Amino acid sequence: MADPGNNPKDEEERIPAMQSLLENPFLLLFIGVAMPTVFYIIWGIMEIVTVPITP
Amino acid sequence: MANFRLCPDSGLFFDRNAESLMKVNAVAAAVSLLVAGLLALGVALTRWPAVHLLPAEQFYMFLTAHGLNALIFWIIFFEIAILYFASSTLLRCRLAAPRWAWLGFALMLIGAITTNVAIFQGNSSVMMTSYVPMQAAPHFYLGLILFAVGALIGCFVFFGTLVVAKNERTYEGSIPLVTFGAMTAAIIAVFTIASGAIILIPTFLWSIGYIGYIDPEMYRVIWWGMGHSSQQINVAAHVSVWYLVAGLVFGARPMSEKVSRFAFLLYIFFLQLASAHHILVDPGISSEWKIFNTSYAMYLAVLASMVHGLTVPGSMEVAQRLKGYNHGLFEWLRKAPWSNPVFSSTFISIIIFGFIGGITGVVMGTEQINLIIHNTIYVPAHFHATVAVGTTLTFMGLTYYLIPVLFRRQMILPGLARWQPYLFGAGMTALILFMMGAGTMGVARRSADMTFAGAALTYEYPGMAFTMMGLAGIGAVLAVIGGGAYLLVTVGSLVFGKKLDPSAGFLQSFGVPLSRGAYTAQPEILPMAAPVEEYGSAGHFEAPGTFALALVLLISFVVYYFINWKYLASVWPLS
Repeated sequence: MADPGNNPKDEEERIPAMQSLLENPFLLLFIGVAMPTVFYIIWGIMEIVTVPITP
Repeated sequence: MANFRLCPDSGLFFDRNAESLMKVNAVAAAVSLLVAGLLALGVALTRWPAVHLLPAEQFYMFLTAHGLNALIFWIIFFEIAILYFASSTLLRCRLAAPRWAWLGFALMLIGAITTNVAIFQGNSSVMMTSYVPMQAAPHFYLGLILFAVGALIGCFVFFGTLVVAKNERTYEGSIPLVTFGAMTAAIIAVFTIASGAIILIPTFLWSIGYIGYIDPEMYRVIWWGMGHSSQQINVAAHVSVWYLVAGLVFGARPMSEKVSRFAFLLYIFFLQLASAHHILVDPGISSEWKIFNTSYAMYLAVLASMVHGLTVPGSMEVAQRLKGYNHGLFEWLRKAPWSNPVFSSTFISIIIFGFIGGITGVVMGTEQINLIIHNTIYVPAHFHATVAVGTTLTFMGLTYYLIPVLFRRQMILPGLARWQPYLFGAGMTALILFMMGAGTMGVARRSADMTFAGAALTYEYPGMAFTMMGLAGIGAVLAVIGGGAYLLVTVGSLVFGKKLDPSAGFLQSFGVPLSRGAYTAQPEILPMAAPVEEYGSAGHFEAPGTFALALVLLISFVVYYFINWKYLASVWPLS
């Protein structure tokens, strides 16, 4: 049985990682929601909840 | 089933359901703009010191309603129409789940009406931000929640339509750039609406007494995840429309699809983090959070805007040069169709968005120099440059294109339409520049009376600040007249414009489909729409005029940035 990884046609048809990312709307949706959720919302809330309460 | 209509003038496809939904969303947007414009007049004539039209209570009510109608309802109704256009029309496919799309529209409409009713009942003058512990009537929040849920449904109908198009192989290769840009807007919208849900649902429960306390700082941080990101939807949407107009008016393709897509990708990653610049002077949040979000991350989104600012006019220049307009740096621009409001709206929007909106945005996003203008009237100056000119004028230009193509009516009053972008653009630019000047002198935003008459604590602004606010008022009146001209031409065209299809009657202008005979199962593909319906670059990079304009922008930015640092040093003496 031929090794599919050595088939030159497969090499030609391999989609670059960046293109795979750009052509997957749901992966982009996940990243586009996760980034601001982590860096803006969650980090921001952590900052607020760690402010010490006046005794 | 005969569900597609081919526009013989543009070559664009319209799915029967998508067409009706685009129309009703666009009409609802126009009604919201009408309300926003009338209220803008009241706000501007109150802030004009010599006129000072409204008493304080009415001023704050007008300002609350103006903000929501202009920044949320007008824009997002129109953006939902754009999402359906960018998916169903540009991918030549049926709209996914049209019943859900109608449900979404109904929720948005009910939400917008409910919130407006709450404001005009007089006990919800809490500004668009509705900062706690100020409390509005429960239906103020409920209306916003319903509107947001409706818009979220619209976003998922868009994503569903992308899936339909891919499964039914209605396009070859990758989705077109305009659709990719609209997808960027939809992604930002999902985060925006999620942030809104996280904070507005508890606030609604607080307003009806189920929750006892909402932390004001927590509210501010999460609310701005919605408040500012909602304006980033606009940026992604109007940049997509810029590429669309370049393709439709000039037959231009992007200079480089890859570069433009990468710029949209930077928006997806970083644009929403710019919300943090609203929190720059808040206590309790570390400088690390502020600087990471507003500087490092936001600058990558600014980089993306600069890429679009280069590639959109660049693609127009390349297309013009291929037509033979090669003399000197700017023949391509001189010979551009300046009397076509679709183009003039777009180009004015690009210039004002880049030169004023972009530069002021970076100034406001820098922690130190933000202190000079934080919460002054400079802030509305910035977002009138980005939203009122950047987004609104772009959408106005697109409407002129859509009247014959989507609504199948000939535009009335073409002379007025020709002048309208200049009138609105000039009025807005005057308003923006004079508000920037007054804001730099410290004039507060959201203040009914800059003389502080009767107040316990007062402050006397320099005389020039009063002059600037008066001149800003004149600019605002011009802009309102320009906005009125837009509504007169567009709504008038829907009602009185010559029919381009025999069945394009009065009701058809407001969402009822054309007669069955106007639709076929599989229309032929015409070549006119190819530049906006296909993936592909122009393959040419010869755009020296655009590069010269980009250098002027860069120099303007550097000079203005350092002027602000110098000004900070003078207003904040440390020695």
